[in-house]
Amino acid sequence: MNPALQGLITIIIGVGGCIAYFYFSNVFLDKVLFPARGPHAGRNITRANMVRPWLFLAPALVALSIYLAYPVVETLRLSLTERVAGGDYRYVGLDNYRAMFKEPKFWEALNNNLLWLIVVPAASTAFGLLAAQLSDRIRWGNLAKSLIFMPMAISFVGAAVIWKLVYDTRPVDQEQIGILNAVWLAFQGGPVSFVMLKLVPIAVMLIFSALVSWVGWLFVRPMLGGGGKVAGATIPLRIFAGLAGLWLIFLALRSSVTLIGADLPYGVPQTWLTIPFWNSFFLMVVLVWIQTGFAMVILSAALRGVPEDTIEAAIIDGANPFQIFFQIKIPQIMGTIVVVWTTITIVVLKVFDIVYAMSNGQWETQVLANYMYDKLFRANDWGIGSASAMIIMLLVTPILIWNVYNARKEMR
Amino acid sequence: MDNIVGKKSTLTWAVHISMGLLVALWLFPTIGLFVSSFRTADQIATSGWWSSLSTQERQVPAIRVAGEEMLVDGRYVIEGRLFEATNAVVSAWGTSSREPEAYAPGQTVDLGDGLTLTVQQDGVYDLTSPTSFGDARLPRIFSTAATPPEFTTENYRSILFDPRNVDGMAKAFFNTLTVTIPATIIPILVAAFAAYALAWMDFPGRALLIAAIVGLLVVPLQLALIPLLKLHNEVGIGKGYLGVWLAHTGFGLPLAIYLLRNYMVGLPRDIIECAKVDGASDFQIFTKIILPLSFPALASFAIFQFLWTWNDLLVALVFLLDSSGETTVMTKQIVELLGTRGGNWEVLATAAFISIAVPLCVFFAMQKYLVRGLLAGSVK
Repeated sequence: MNPALQGLITIIIGVGGCIAYFYFSNVFLDKVLFPARGPHAGRNITRANMVRPWLFLAPALVALSIYLAYPVVETLRLSLTERVAGGDYRYVGLDNYRAMFKEPKFWEALNNNLLWLIVVPAASTAFGLLAAQLSDRIRWGNLAKSLIFMPMAISFVGAAVIWKLVYDTRPVDQEQIGILNAVWLAFQGGPVSFVMLKLVPIAVMLIFSALVSWVGWLFVRPMLGGGGKVAGATIPLRIFAGLAGLWLIFLALRSSVTLIGADLPYGVPQTWLTIPFWNSFFLMVVLVWIQTGFAMVILSAALRGVPEDTIEAAIIDGANPFQIFFQIKIPQIMGTIVVVWTTITIVVLKVFDIVYAMSNGQWETQVLANYMYDKLFRANDWGIGSASAMIIMLLVTPILIWNVYNARKEMR
Repeated sequence: MDNIVGKKSTLTWAVHISMGLLVALWLFPTIGLFVSSFRTADQIATSGWWSSLSTQERQVPAIRVAGEEMLVDGRYVIEGRLFEATNAVVSAWGTSSREPEAYAPGQTVDLGDGLTLTVQQDGVYDLTSPTSFGDARLPRIFSTAATPPEFTTENYRSILFDPRNVDGMAKAFFNTLTVTIPATIIPILVAAFAAYALAWMDFPGRALLIAAIVGLLVVPLQLALIPLLKLHNEVGIGKGYLGVWLAHTGFGLPLAIYLLRNYMVGLPRDIIECAKVDGASDFQIFTKIILPLSFPALASFAIFQFLWTWNDLLVALVFLLDSSGETTVMTKQIVELLGTRGGNWEVLATAAFISIAVPLCVFFAMQKYLVRGLLAGSVK
């Protein structure tokens, strides 16, 4: 049968079936089961109203429990079992996890994922904040915003193709068609190259370190008795933020030092996606490119929500635009920044298509989601595949709890 | 407002310039793909896409004279054109790699043994000889030519409308559409009823359910793959459209319910109570009042779900694609092309742009709803 026709029929059956279900189940409830007449009319109406919510909810609940709730439990179970011949499963305890922890590829994926988890949300949020702040102040801001937002509509696979063209490499005697290599070959090792490829990146890294230490200080200061009360629940978070900040500063400073001494291969076209360690960053750029628009939209709305009078007061007190931005606006939208950050974190944890399409985890770019896909469908090892899925779930869980906690708080 | 401080002009310029740079940076990669999809394979392989927008003067690789000889006025003549497809203008030419720019266009050059060669400005050349060329090696022409910007829609024609093209996207396009439309409509309907119940009906366990849905919002898809594949195989759905529709419905529901509930809760209570007093049943209230009023939220979610199902690769890989390849979707087709035609950017760029074009249209047409949905959907 023609798939288009099949699709049409499914729409009709599916949609018609849904409508019929909702309509007839309501009619049945009101007219047959608990009719609103006769001797028990009042009692029947009450009863019908008690049942009705569940009629409305039933299809959604069934779909949710089969497609999301059951798999969580089942994956947990599968991760503790092993497939044996004949389609049976044998309980093996934590063997799958143990086997997985022995694989260097798993640690590579986990390490890369942690790097992704720090870089992508941070960079997307920072760029998004910058774009939101700048575009609010100019007349063509809305146009600029929708252009930066546009990559959101592009699939990860499409984005992978777009960026593969950017990173494309030709042999040294041919003209480069990837923009990155064309730019790279424009540097010949003279003073301009020295400024652009050594001084500027080092300056960027130093600024980054300064920013990180400032944010880290904001987190840690209250614990050192710098004033104000510290909620007990936030102490682990604060310690973690402080340690992560220290680690980031260490990384930035170390790469600055290596960059100073590095002998850059000027004039040689680079295959960017095969340079170990840095190639992960070239993949991250793709996700940052996509997610910045999201961060910008949300943060822009939050920035507009900052009360005017606080800004006016700051201006009257003689604050400059930077002070207004960092000391008046940012603290007021901190909640939204956290939301954006966590949302992008979840996207990062699930990132699969980009790595699958661009490098397929070769050259040390593996991430957990692609590692899991490899185990499931290439190695056909359901045990380890489920175990790695559980690791992803474990990484998501803190955000899940935080979200549920906040939603409940809001509803009260 | 910053002009109170009196620093407006310099800072405003800085803002304009930085914003311009940022936008250019964000747009550049996409434009590269877009431009490339309108260039021929030769053009893409020999020059960067950014240089295709201006007239390019460059040295063309040597072209060997070829063609049938004809007898004209007692001399054997071979005529031909240097560039078949383009309108390049020759500014200099030569016959050896040591002196590629020895002669001017229009000049007739004696090559020895009575051979003469003329190359015109538009690339037309003629080689004449007093004797037949026979099997002799014909000279090569080196030339420097200026090529004006030139674009073609041939790539799109061959990828979309050529039924013999194995890299064709037409089938994948319709398959994607077949996956997307039911997978967008069905969850909306199911979620709308559930959202109404969660927003406006009172029953025990409601708060718990809402919390559960917020929790399910972030459950990674990866967890669902094996158990559901197993389940689908056990109940006999196997791999196919039905499976992928159901999967997309299930995965889209938490966001749908969450978005719609948040929106419906904000609707004015009076309207609903008035309708109840007037004797409307819950079903009537829902279909006649709530649904029309919730249109913006429905549109927001529809766009999300459309973009997500159209752009999806993982769910299709797991639940749809079998070994026959009959049901291939565009994302899968592109990944396959990346493997088999990795260097053929005219194929890749066109294929990718076909798959990007539809979401981009939807995006620009309905951006307002998308933004609204994003603002409502991020857990506050």
